[in-house]
Amino acid sequence: MSSETTDLTQLPPGPVIKRKLSRDDIVMRGGMVVIALYLVVTLAFPLYAMLSKSFSTYHFELSNYEMQVSDQEGVFDGTVLNPADLNTSTGTYSDADFSTGSDGRLPVAKLFPDFSFRSPVMYQIRNALPGGRFLVGSTLHDTSDWVEMDSNTFRRVQLRPVKSTGMDNFVNYFSTPALSNSIKNSLIIAVISTVITVTLAFWFAYALNRSCMRFKGMFRLIAMAPILVPSLLPGIALVYLFGNQGMLKELLFGASIYGPIGIVIGSVFFTFPHAFLIISTALAISDARLYEAAVSLRASPWRTFWTVTIPSARYGLISAGFVVFNLVITDFGLPKVIGGQFNMLAVDIYKQVIGQQNFEMGAVVSVVLIIPAIFAFALDRYVQSKQVATLSSRSVPFQPSPDAKMDRIFLIYSSLVGLFIIGILAVCQFAALIKFWPYDLSLSLNNYQFDKMDGGGWGSYYNSIKLGLLTAVIGTSVIFFGAYLVEKSNGFRLGRSLFQMIAMLPMAIPGMVLGLAYIFFFNNPANPLNWIYGTMAILVISAVTHFYTVSHLTAVTALKQMDREFESVSASLKQPTLKLFSRVTVPVCLPAVLDISIYLFVNAMTTVSAVVFLYSPKTSLASIAVLNMDDAGDIAPAAAMGMMIFYTNAAARILHLIASKGILRRTQAWRAR
Amino acid sequence: MTQTASGDLYLSISNLWKAFGDFIALKDISLDINEGEFICFLGPSGCGKTTLLRAIAGLDLQTRGSVQQDGIDVSNLPPSERDFGIVFQSYALFPNLTIEKNIAFGLENTGRSKPEITARVSELLELVGLPEQGRKYPAQLSGGQQQRIALARAIATKPGLLLLDEPLSALDAKVRVHLRHEIKELQRKLGVTTVMVTHDQEEALTMADRIVVMNQGVIEQVGSPTEIYREPANLFVADFIGEMNQINTAVAPDGQLWLGSERLSCNGHGFTQGSSVVAAIRPEDIIPHQAGYVPDAGNSNCIEVLMQEMEFLGSFWRCHLQSDRFGASELIADFSINAVRRLELGEGRTMVVELPENRLMAFAQPEAN
Repeated sequence: MSSETTDLTQLPPGPVIKRKLSRDDIVMRGGMVVIALYLVVTLAFPLYAMLSKSFSTYHFELSNYEMQVSDQEGVFDGTVLNPADLNTSTGTYSDADFSTGSDGRLPVAKLFPDFSFRSPVMYQIRNALPGGRFLVGSTLHDTSDWVEMDSNTFRRVQLRPVKSTGMDNFVNYFSTPALSNSIKNSLIIAVISTVITVTLAFWFAYALNRSCMRFKGMFRLIAMAPILVPSLLPGIALVYLFGNQGMLKELLFGASIYGPIGIVIGSVFFTFPHAFLIISTALAISDARLYEAAVSLRASPWRTFWTVTIPSARYGLISAGFVVFNLVITDFGLPKVIGGQFNMLAVDIYKQVIGQQNFEMGAVVSVVLIIPAIFAFALDRYVQSKQVATLSSRSVPFQPSPDAKMDRIFLIYSSLVGLFIIGILAVCQFAALIKFWPYDLSLSLNNYQFDKMDGGGWGSYYNSIKLGLLTAVIGTSVIFFGAYLVEKSNGFRLGRSLFQMIAMLPMAIPGMVLGLAYIFFFNNPANPLNWIYGTMAILVISAVTHFYTVSHLTAVTALKQMDREFESVSASLKQPTLKLFSRVTVPVCLPAVLDISIYLFVNAMTTVSAVVFLYSPKTSLASIAVLNMDDAGDIAPAAAMGMMIFYTNAAARILHLIASKGILRRTQAWRAR
Repeated sequence: MTQTASGDLYLSISNLWKAFGDFIALKDISLDINEGEFICFLGPSGCGKTTLLRAIAGLDLQTRGSVQQDGIDVSNLPPSERDFGIVFQSYALFPNLTIEKNIAFGLENTGRSKPEITARVSELLELVGLPEQGRKYPAQLSGGQQQRIALARAIATKPGLLLLDEPLSALDAKVRVHLRHEIKELQRKLGVTTVMVTHDQEEALTMADRIVVMNQGVIEQVGSPTEIYREPANLFVADFIGEMNQINTAVAPDGQLWLGSERLSCNGHGFTQGSSVVAAIRPEDIIPHQAGYVPDAGNSNCIEVLMQEMEFLGSFWRCHLQSDRFGASELIADFSINAVRRLELGEGRTMVVELPENRLMAFAQPEAN
């Protein structure tokens, strides 16, 4: 009992008692550190590498070199020429020519207007200052020794740039309208697509949740179909429908599908399921008592809609908006296929990196693209944290009552949306089976002979399946275990909250940006992990990392529903936590585990942006093959490959469904009372 | 077979503090528990009783202070290195394992052979009275049955200390009363030192050898159920456990308590003259007398009251008594049905009540917060 003399209002001085770590604590903390390290290496380091790349600039410094020129007999008179002075007098290169990329090369022979590679004149060149470098052919010289050569060799002398750090790349970017216009373009397209998609998805979800129309199950299935295909597939369908030789070209009244119109239509297609899912969840949890109250207060249906329905679904609507915005602004495949001359940020990255080999500028565009993506992500997290459980245990679920007229209107509306989705897929399948649009409309399987086209052939298809399976298996294990460690270990509070933060980060990073960051980080010869560049491993890593957040959140949600005291009981029984994990936690969370794995599989199959910079000829992928075949003009085979992805994912989904049902029946007998 | 609670010192808690940020949940707690004792931590929610239990288990480590178990300092040991079994309010049974597997969970990896484990599991199922239920899953059992399985799992490895965290509060009233008895019986049979956390005073009074009454992070009183009930150490304990009449008053020059213009004798309370105190007496300690009753010489603790209201509560009458001496507050007394009939008590009548000197208590006024 407390003595009279002790001050009970504050802790007595003394050290905080540190708990002796048990073997389990050490195992769990060790596991957490390993997975956190994985995230740091596959996320934080590459992003840092990219950021620093965006600030590195390269330029040619002519004053770093000295040259001598002989007379016609090959005798040098000792006059040392400064290339900078030469350029001033001849005006060969403008200042703009001196800024370049890390790979830039500047030929020096051009500084001599009367240069001829057949002349007997001899040349000498050397680095006057440390840091100067030049190439003779492919041999690098970085010492201050004079190198003498004939004019034919001098033709092949190229200066290498000097690296410095600064904002030049950004200045360059914003002063080039062709580049910076993309910001405006991307934002406008994203906003328009968001408004259209959220509106369409809201009414679709409303019809499915709040009306008594028929075929709800079928509509739900159709609404989810776009998730199974790469985002560039609707682009291919739109080309067939409205392209220069499109079936319905006249419907556009002369407008071109290549550009904003095509991007918006395609974006609506591929973001629709995401918006639908979120809004549908928001609408599904509604309290019937509010509607009864509204009816008893004689509120008109219109007023009820605005005062009850919309407010209770507002978080879902806002969240769906941010998700769609993010998907559209970071998507690369669709604008690549249908964008034409209309520049978008994600495509700019691709063009800078693949087209112009300008990695620094690619990094700059990436940094620019991250800003709206992170912004939308952060706002979404903020909105979600505001959303408290509006459904209490006393809530009564809303049961729609039949209304013949409204039900018919909703059925017509849903059919139109369903027709749009099915139509896009049907057009792709149709295109894949037609011999030669629009001249020979007979059916054939020629377009499936992928081995005869660019893009990696059937091998890329099998690679994709391999990637999907590896991502599903490895990703699910890593992510679920990581979530378990973070959710159920003791103490270590700082480490755990740090882990949670890192785990949220991948969602904010566009796939293109992650891929480019991987080039900078893993392709660096100084990186000991350099060997994974160009292998299947880097594709798996990028896919796991790119899709980490959603899977992590799914796992955490499932784990939070487990009794918090399981670990305490297990510890009191002196059993290792890992036994509890394998015997109880995993079996009980099996539905969530299966959900995570199918999510990872489908996304690994369809992603283009996360892998477009990372595949090698040996690890080409189906989604990349669609992109490349389309690029090469083989649009029909591209559609065929796209549909292969669709059928594979659909089959995987069905298998997943059967497997979950089977496994659940066998292992989850305890669920039934 | 009955084991008395006078074993050797088993668990010793000294100067324990626990802080959650700025909030201090346990303040300088010291407590000794003997081997084989059944101890209840009793107190209102937020008093720190569960925090203390979790500190003993090592689930949430104390900020200062030490815990000794069976002569060993376990202050900083993780739960897996301490010797205890625990039962939670939620049972925390593993839902995907059968009852048998749940009970066997702690027996595995301990050097026991399969047949040994099977034998021990059926022995335990027998012990908790559910011999036929081994193959079922937890969700197929009732709440009370699940709680017994949780208990069987906790004692399977024969721990030296059994910790029960509000084990009965999720159950309905009838099952609770029944299980109360069973748990106590089982604990006696096994002789295992047991600490139970509860906010239900009836539970504590019926089950515990000793009750630790806690409030706002400190121990208010430790004692046997009868001590706690009959001789509460302070007003908080008096008020928290059972019913208690309270009348604000002051100490008269001769050590008696003022009640209006009269004085009541009260056994050694130790307060000085003039200090304001709370006079307290339990309703069942008030003795009824007929109106006009004249006490014997020397027995002055009688006052005349008006019967304001009577409530019939089955085995007794709860009577609300009024007198100008109490001011606005009333005195509540429980009178037996016999007494009411014999003394012809009724609403609106006057009567005399006696507040026996040895049952009348005086406490310090609670500090104004």
